[in-house]
Amino acid sequence: MFARILALSIKEFLALFKDKRSRFVVVIPPLIQLLVFGYAASFDLNHIPYAVYDRDGGYAARDLLARFSGAPSFEQAQPVVHQGQIADRINVRDVLFVIQIDPRFTADLVAGRTGQVQVLIDGRNSNSAQIVQNYVGRILNDFNRNWVAAHGGQGMPVTLVTRAWYNPNLESRWFFVSGLVGLLTLVVTIMVTALSVAREREQGTFDQLLVTPLRPVEILIGKAMPGLVIGVLEASLVVALAVLWFGVPLVGDLSVLYSGILLFVFAAVGVGLMISSLAATLQQALLGAFLFLVPAVILSGFATPIANMPPAVQMLTLIDPLRYYLVILRSVFLEGGGFDLLFDQMWPLALIALATLGAAGWLFRHRMA
Amino acid sequence: MTGSMINRRLLGLLRKESLQILRDPSSIAIAFVLPVVLLLLFGYGVSLDSKHVPIGIVVEQPGAETASFVAAFRQSVYFEPRIYRSLQAGRAALRERRVDGILVLAADFAQRLKGDRDAPIQVIVNGVDANSARLLEGYVQGVWSIWLQRELEARQIPVSVPVEAQTRIWFNPELASRNYLVPGLLVVNMTLVGALLTALVLAREWERGTLEALMVTPVTIGEILIGKLLPYFVLGMGGMVLSVVMALFLFEVPMRGSFWVLAVCSTLFLLSALGMGLLISIVTRNQFVAGMIAILATFLPAFLLSGFLFDIGSMPVVVQVLTHVVAARYFVAILQTLFLAGDVWSLILPNAAALVLMAAFFLGLSRRRLRKRIE
Repeated sequence: MFARILALSIKEFLALFKDKRSRFVVVIPPLIQLLVFGYAASFDLNHIPYAVYDRDGGYAARDLLARFSGAPSFEQAQPVVHQGQIADRINVRDVLFVIQIDPRFTADLVAGRTGQVQVLIDGRNSNSAQIVQNYVGRILNDFNRNWVAAHGGQGMPVTLVTRAWYNPNLESRWFFVSGLVGLLTLVVTIMVTALSVAREREQGTFDQLLVTPLRPVEILIGKAMPGLVIGVLEASLVVALAVLWFGVPLVGDLSVLYSGILLFVFAAVGVGLMISSLAATLQQALLGAFLFLVPAVILSGFATPIANMPPAVQMLTLIDPLRYYLVILRSVFLEGGGFDLLFDQMWPLALIALATLGAAGWLFRHRMA
Repeated sequence: MTGSMINRRLLGLLRKESLQILRDPSSIAIAFVLPVVLLLLFGYGVSLDSKHVPIGIVVEQPGAETASFVAAFRQSVYFEPRIYRSLQAGRAALRERRVDGILVLAADFAQRLKGDRDAPIQVIVNGVDANSARLLEGYVQGVWSIWLQRELEARQIPVSVPVEAQTRIWFNPELASRNYLVPGLLVVNMTLVGALLTALVLAREWERGTLEALMVTPVTIGEILIGKLLPYFVLGMGGMVLSVVMALFLFEVPMRGSFWVLAVCSTLFLLSALGMGLLISIVTRNQFVAGMIAILATFLPAFLLSGFLFDIGSMPVVVQVLTHVVAARYFVAILQTLFLAGDVWSLILPNAAALVLMAAFFLGLSRRRLRKRIE
């Protein structure tokens, strides 16, 4: 039995790698994706262009504005010189926000009154706008505290002291790169397995395979082999690059990480083989893979939190294997999560793997094109 | 050769291509079902607006002050506070991901608040999802400052506030992330329909040899190109109209620009997407490779490098340069402005010009490559 499975596995690997272009497609694109994704996918704003409309010119205004120009994420553009310019500058996206200082600003502050500033933010990208709003709020709070300390007055009796666990500088790159391990494992595993049965069906060789002494279980194992091996290797490669190239900390245990990787790759292979045995042609298999991949990525919490989705959509995410895998990856990478914490994520993966592999094996025999 | 003959030939080709599309349900599926499914999925699935965030409040010594603080958080739509009586319990909840952050009101909170000393509130957030953590910090700060103001007024404690900011957010005052994501989704959708559909379907014709069969007939290359592209153009525009209708009526995104600008820009973008799909199919002539390249060269850049989700200005310079060859980048800029701001010509014209260039480049190159291959 093992000799037969081995022979079939070797045949599957050869089928995949004999063509120069499919070899290329399996290896190179994921690496390019990792590099481009790794650098492009970030919600951090580090060059926020802004303009100043200083109608006061006093020393308090200069003091406040110095805090803006000194902030590492802000980049000052040409100042605004009259009211009408503000709209133009924001409209063409020359600046993300304009800060306007009231003409009596310094006089008010010196007299102990509250000085007014106006902050106008481009809301077209709501996420950036919200981040800018928070940054500006923090700068003003700091300024207020300093001013009260230096010039007297009753300061705020309560202050907030914020700390972030696991990712003290709140670098969203850590979040995305650890998520990429999951995304790329999924894409490669699905592409490799989804085409394997469909290609043979289109060429008619699958029927030949069915009449050999191989039992369906053996065909299933043989067909699953390339996906399993390539999926685990791909995941290892991406993990290595994430740690060595992007410098994402790997706090947790490798045994936990690899348990997660193995379970997930099994589930992904199951989904891929299921798509493949449902499809009659290569084109259908490709479309099927695509129709699975896009929702699987969107509903996994890769870029936007699952908790923000409506309840019905959240239910749908429960059958998405990537959802569980991302939690495992991020937890092992950043939180150092162990088996006790991640058991809740692992058993659904095992269940999905069993269900999809079983369905694929059944479909081999029962779906005849 | 008379003009009417050319028209007749072209009409025949168009008829043949349209029939081919109509008889193959999978093309119709890509053009109409896929955009609807994707838009529903994205529109409902992709949101950056957190509401009802589970947050732990550690109250070591309950009293009137802590009760008003907790009440402020209970009233906010952003939070769903859970109360813990000890720091250990709060930290355990954070570690087990039952809450996204904890606020710690120490035992001497009330005394400090009444006295002269500063009463710090410790906030610990789970930083794994850095963006959500940052937004959470902002929400906490907002609730906190409202509570503090009310508290100070109630106790008639005078506090000097040196600077007060009036913040106004243009175009999207309630900061609904849907309003900026949905226009971007239209672009991702159009890219899929335009490039993936064309690349896949034409690559299949190469594989089957039906395109070569067409080449030996008297039709010219230009006629073949138009015959191939026009039906897919109609399909793509149909998908676009459907998506815009959904954006306006289902997701209630405002439309502040004019529809004719939208139509012209969509035409330009669709032409460049079709050109790209055509070029991919001509270069690869293989369904599998064409599919992979179409996803890699069109869909992923449209998603990642277009500025639809991630801010282009914050990317490293090399990646920023790379975004200039992504047609989706220009279309995203146009759509976000058209929907939310209006007809801002100084932004729309340069981006539309870039789209014209890209469409001309891809279509021109496809035409050249196509001619070469036959010789």
